[in-house]
Amino acid sequence: MAEFEPKIVGFLCNWCSYRGADLAGTSRIKSAPNVRSLRVMCSGRVDPTFVLKAFQLGADGVLVLGCHPGDCHYKEGNYKAARRMALLKKMLAQFGIEEERFMLEWVSASEGDRFASIVNDMTAKLKKLGPVAQQG
Amino acid sequence: MGKLRIAGYWAAGCGGCEIAALEIGDKIIQLAEVADIVFWPVAVDFKYHDVEQMADKSIDVCLFNGAIRSSENEHIAKLLRAKSKVMVAYGSCAYEGCIPALANLTNRQGIFNRVYIETPSTDNSNHTFPQTSYQVPEGELTLPEFYDTVKTLGQTVEVDYFMPGCPPVGKQTWAVLEAIIQGKLPPPGSVVGAGTRALCEECPRVKEEKKVKAFYRPYEIMPDPEKCLLEQGLLCAGVATREGCGALCPKASMPCTGCYGPMEGVIDQGAKFLSAVASIIDSNDPEEINRIIQSIRDPVGTFYRYSLAESLLRRARIQ
Repeated sequence: MAEFEPKIVGFLCNWCSYRGADLAGTSRIKSAPNVRSLRVMCSGRVDPTFVLKAFQLGADGVLVLGCHPGDCHYKEGNYKAARRMALLKKMLAQFGIEEERFMLEWVSASEGDRFASIVNDMTAKLKKLGPVAQQG
Repeated sequence: MGKLRIAGYWAAGCGGCEIAALEIGDKIIQLAEVADIVFWPVAVDFKYHDVEQMADKSIDVCLFNGAIRSSENEHIAKLLRAKSKVMVAYGSCAYEGCIPALANLTNRQGIFNRVYIETPSTDNSNHTFPQTSYQVPEGELTLPEFYDTVKTLGQTVEVDYFMPGCPPVGKQTWAVLEAIIQGKLPPPGSVVGAGTRALCEECPRVKEEKKVKAFYRPYEIMPDPEKCLLEQGLLCAGVATREGCGALCPKASMPCTGCYGPMEGVIDQGAKFLSAVASIIDSNDPEEINRIIQSIRDPVGTFYRYSLAESLLRRARIQ
């Protein structure tokens, strides 16, 4: 039987993390192919609704990647993301969605290797955890 | 033209909506002049078999309150849907699950274990649980099946109109009944008996800047009677809740808890309420943010108090 391949949805901010992911690609850094990257202008754009929708549609994990604190292209968007995602993470635990399944990380445009290691880490953790428990 | 034939039913709910229908006050006299109640177990003596014998679509309007959590709830919802021209999900339970839907954080096994075994004052050493079928000398006794997941009326049958509220306020109940009597309803699928914008539009409190250093439970502070409650650190859901009730709770210095459901166009009320609350936290320091968040003890219960069954995730994932 084929090994479980987790489906991870990633929301990457245009200015830092998406460019960092792109750098990982052009640098030919090997990373797990399990993340489906969605580009948003800022991590502060990520509505908790998007994260919940990803889980509802069958994602095994969700990643939100933004600029490092102080470096947000829009000044404070990533701080807002930090506040929102912290509360969302607390709530997801009540839904039985383990905390390894939802991560908020900071990745700059020059950190291709950091992007790769975050993706590899999460993929490995989710392979161990398995798919999200079925409804009910 | 004959009188309107109206039905009412109480499924998985507290019964408050049955009583709330009476908040139309003396308008009930006007109602009685133009309508007959052909089925309403709480008030009138018609039985299920009376409904079964009606022709399809012979009930003009059915006001169905309560969520769907047993096979009986489901069966009667489907029966009334077949016999009714217009099906209205009356109140929060039928519309979005309301309080019964919070049981979606567990399942039948969890609930039965708690109720029949674990509660401190229960002595059930034989581990007797309700059964759906039981033979006695006189024959078979049956009980409806208790489902793992609470569903809304709309997730069970096709619903024509949704009336939010826990319960809907009397003024809105009459507004909808009047629209039904006059035949002036909006397109099917609409939410009726409410507005489209946030409750903040109806709330008379003064709104300035929202920057909160701490959140409080209602008993912990004496709120200023003029200022926005959210600005004072109370978790007022008005910012993510549909207007229509007249902001009754904020006017009485109690934060809105969200019973009128999400605004027009919003799929998931809890996500929006959570987002609003997190956005106004006045800190960029991760430790301070975590400390402030600690005071929100039960995020699901706070943000999805009424809307869990209609939310994106609908229920907790249980191994």
